Amino acid sequence: MEKIATAGNRGERIRSDCFVTLQLTNSGGIDLQLKSKVAGMFGRQIKQQVEEILNALEVKHASLDIEDSGALPFVIGARVEAAVKRLKTSDLTWTPDLIEQNRYETNKEQFRFSRLYLPGNSPSMMLNAGIHQPNGIILDLEDSVAPPKKSEARLLVRNALLQVDFYGAERMVRINQLPDGLDDLNEVIPHQVHLILIPKCEYGSQVKQVEERISKILKEVNQKRQIFLMPIVESCLGVENAFEIASASDLIVAMAIGLEDYTADLGVMRTEGGEESLYARARLVNACKAAGIQPIDSVYSDVANMEGLKENVIRSKSLGFEGMGCIHPRQVPVIHEGFAPGENEIEIAERIVKAFNRAESKGLGVISLGSKMIDPPVVKRAQKTLDLAYSLGLRTRKNL
Amino acid sequence: MKYSINAAGREVVTEINGESATPFQGVGKYTPRGTRHAPSISSCSNYPADGNKLVKNLREALENAGLKDGMTISTHHHFRNGDYLANYLFDVAHEMGVKGLRWFPSASFPCHEHLIQYLEDGTIERIEGSMNGPLGRFVSEGGMKGMGVLRSHGGRYQSIQDGEVKIDIAVIGAPTADFFGNSNGLLGDSACGLLGFALGDSQYAEKVIIATDNLVQFPCIPWQIQGNHVDYVVEVEKLGEPSKIISGTTQITKSPDRLLLAELTARFCDAAGIIRDGFSFQSGAGGTSLAVGEYFRKIMIEKGIHARFARGGSNKYLVAMLEEGLVDYILDGQTFDLEGVRSMVENPNHVWSSPFTSYNYHGKGNFAGLVDVVILGATEVDLDFNANVVTHSDGYLLHGIGGWQNCLFSKTVILPIPLFRDRVPVVKEKVTTLCGPGELIDVIVTERGIAINPLRTDLLERTKHSNLPIKSIEELKAEADRICGLPDPPALEERVVAAIKWVDGTVMDVVRKVNTS
Repeated sequence: MEKIATAGNRGERIRSDCFVTLQLTNSGGIDLQLKSKVAGMFGRQIKQQVEEILNALEVKHASLDIEDSGALPFVIGARVEAAVKRLKTSDLTWTPDLIEQNRYETNKEQFRFSRLYLPGNSPSMMLNAGIHQPNGIILDLEDSVAPPKKSEARLLVRNALLQVDFYGAERMVRINQLPDGLDDLNEVIPHQVHLILIPKCEYGSQVKQVEERISKILKEVNQKRQIFLMPIVESCLGVENAFEIASASDLIVAMAIGLEDYTADLGVMRTEGGEESLYARARLVNACKAAGIQPIDSVYSDVANMEGLKENVIRSKSLGFEGMGCIHPRQVPVIHEGFAPGENEIEIAERIVKAFNRAESKGLGVISLGSKMIDPPVVKRAQKTLDLAYSLGLRTRKNL
Repeated sequence: MKYSINAAGREVVTEINGESATPFQGVGKYTPRGTRHAPSISSCSNYPADGNKLVKNLREALENAGLKDGMTISTHHHFRNGDYLANYLFDVAHEMGVKGLRWFPSASFPCHEHLIQYLEDGTIERIEGSMNGPLGRFVSEGGMKGMGVLRSHGGRYQSIQDGEVKIDIAVIGAPTADFFGNSNGLLGDSACGLLGFALGDSQYAEKVIIATDNLVQFPCIPWQIQGNHVDYVVEVEKLGEPSKIISGTTQITKSPDRLLLAELTARFCDAAGIIRDGFSFQSGAGGTSLAVGEYFRKIMIEKGIHARFARGGSNKYLVAMLEEGLVDYILDGQTFDLEGVRSMVENPNHVWSSPFTSYNYHGKGNFAGLVDVVILGATEVDLDFNANVVTHSDGYLLHGIGGWQNCLFSKTVILPIPLFRDRVPVVKEKVTTLCGPGELIDVIVTERGIAINPLRTDLLERTKHSNLPIKSIEELKAEADRICGLPDPPALEERVVAAIKWVDGTVMDVVRKVNTS
């Protein structure tokens, strides 16, 4: 044997990560070389943790070299385990505890204005993601992880789900395209993920496959949680099948569109105004509303252009989208502000609901506000707007 | 070595390099006595009648000034990490075979790594000034013969004025000077803005040498340093590397986490009612501090108010606020970019200040205390709101004090700092090195919550109903510890390698040798 495996990242710009080089040996116990920028403060504890991990993975003899740039214990754990598993097939794991702060569930109706993408193999970006208060965070195993890094990213994402406090954000994982994505589920489903994003979705049957695998895993680990689904449509075929996908499972809470891949499939450039994808976006919104789920818009990729993002959000909202992906934390507040109801909107909604309540208490069938007649769907929308305003703290709940 | 426990509960030395030292007695508790120091009286009869004090080179100036073993030589950090002068000066001293010098810089920078060889061969016996980067490492590992002394900018002026440090020869780098010694930092290739850090040296040193790379015909206008204090003037080819003296542009941080920190800081100030018409503030030139200034700007525009003055290092963002009319005056202590220099040359409301006007604690007041809010940094804080700016949690000296201690006298002191850096928690049980007492530190802003010093019941009250994440410092510490784990204490030996002075010259804490075995 004597093969060597590595895991993790190193380099001048790498922070909060470590790079593990492992060689399994036949004798001599554990030989650990640690080079760490926090050696004076944490060297002893890192060595202790590594011994604990190797013990749990039943590695008795090994030579280990760790270059540490200030990795937290959940990262060290994932890196050492990944290196071991490159050399040794095993069902054993070293899984950190679930922190108390992460014991919360989410629900189907909650807002999903913003969901922040985090590359699945970059621990430094995960640590502070929650402080920017996105509605959801996406630990991404797909496009942001290079193929040779997929297996170590799975373990890192698993550990992050358990150990990183995302301060109330919905914990989402974007798995790889099927069929590989199904294997990703084995690592994340038992560990407190709230929602699975299914990329490049083209058929309802793909959603079914994911749903079935999830329920199988949950049964195996004896958990009765609900894990939501969010398919991402990224191709012309996916757009054509939008309603089929959106209605494929009761666990789908939202469906997103990915415009980079879609415009490539269409064979056109993606433009700022987005005329080329108008049909696709409108179609997707319509399919979602028909299926009773939230339509979510594509990310806005120019992170320096906040004005452009703002305009994009306004356009997106006017098409009926109820949220948007973010690739930079500073996009979060702009998106929240954009999707939140405006002052004018809230005032009108209040008046409508008030008029409705008054009419109802008088037993009137027809509701009017000023000279305008108000239909029931208008009331429904107004109530939705008010609920949103209450939950965002823009208004305090009161009887109208 | 004799020790004593000072009023902050720290074990400190009572003797520094053979001279007795007073332990810190509490904020405002130490009463200085006696009169200020004064250099010997000079006579015009001993200076050239035509005013021409030019000598051939630095060596001749040092020889004329009587450089000999054991003397105290001062330099200044106006050229920051682009400084050539201090390195050149000690090359000459080494060439002359002088030993045991005390180097008394207003700050040192990584470029002064060059001087380690002179600390090793005995040319320099010790440094009294900040010890940054490689010098800090060298000193922390016990490489320096004498004990280092770290002072704030104000404390440095105080020590000179009080005669605690008697400067034998001050060597002042001047971007522009005339043969009489009148000098300024505004013009020339090495322009750095102002020369405030050299003011005390010019007034109190026994001998003063001006080194310039831009000699102009008398009179050099304006004179930030008066030629009447000057003994010799030397022309050198280059005082420093212009691109490192002044950055072309200072930049606001792009880090989303730091921007959030800055935004929280500004929102706190707003909620606490600090940002009001005619207020004053001081914020540094670091990326986060610049961002705080920008958020202040937005709030001020929104409210339609302006600030009476801004203190501290100037930069293009502050200059923009001055020119937009959002700030009436900049009281500048250090100019960080070319825009700052330009504005200082052109705008009479961009005023140069000095450690005497702004920071000296043994004076009849200073400006720092007049500032409504100051934004500072720290390497560590503790449960008593004490803070450390000079060492890291592993015990290594890494930064100087700068104006930090002096600024603690502002009306509200806010430290925006990340809760942890890599794996190192910033909120500790006790700081590794005490630089500023908690009673003067009002607010710790972290990305995970804001802790207000319980002494500031007014701030607690005013922000009670805000939607800011106000937490106790204990809660912040618990969160940092949960994320990082508890670090082992640094491995230190008994030997004291440096003393930390308070603004009044008393000893606040000591730095011990790091055990490298």
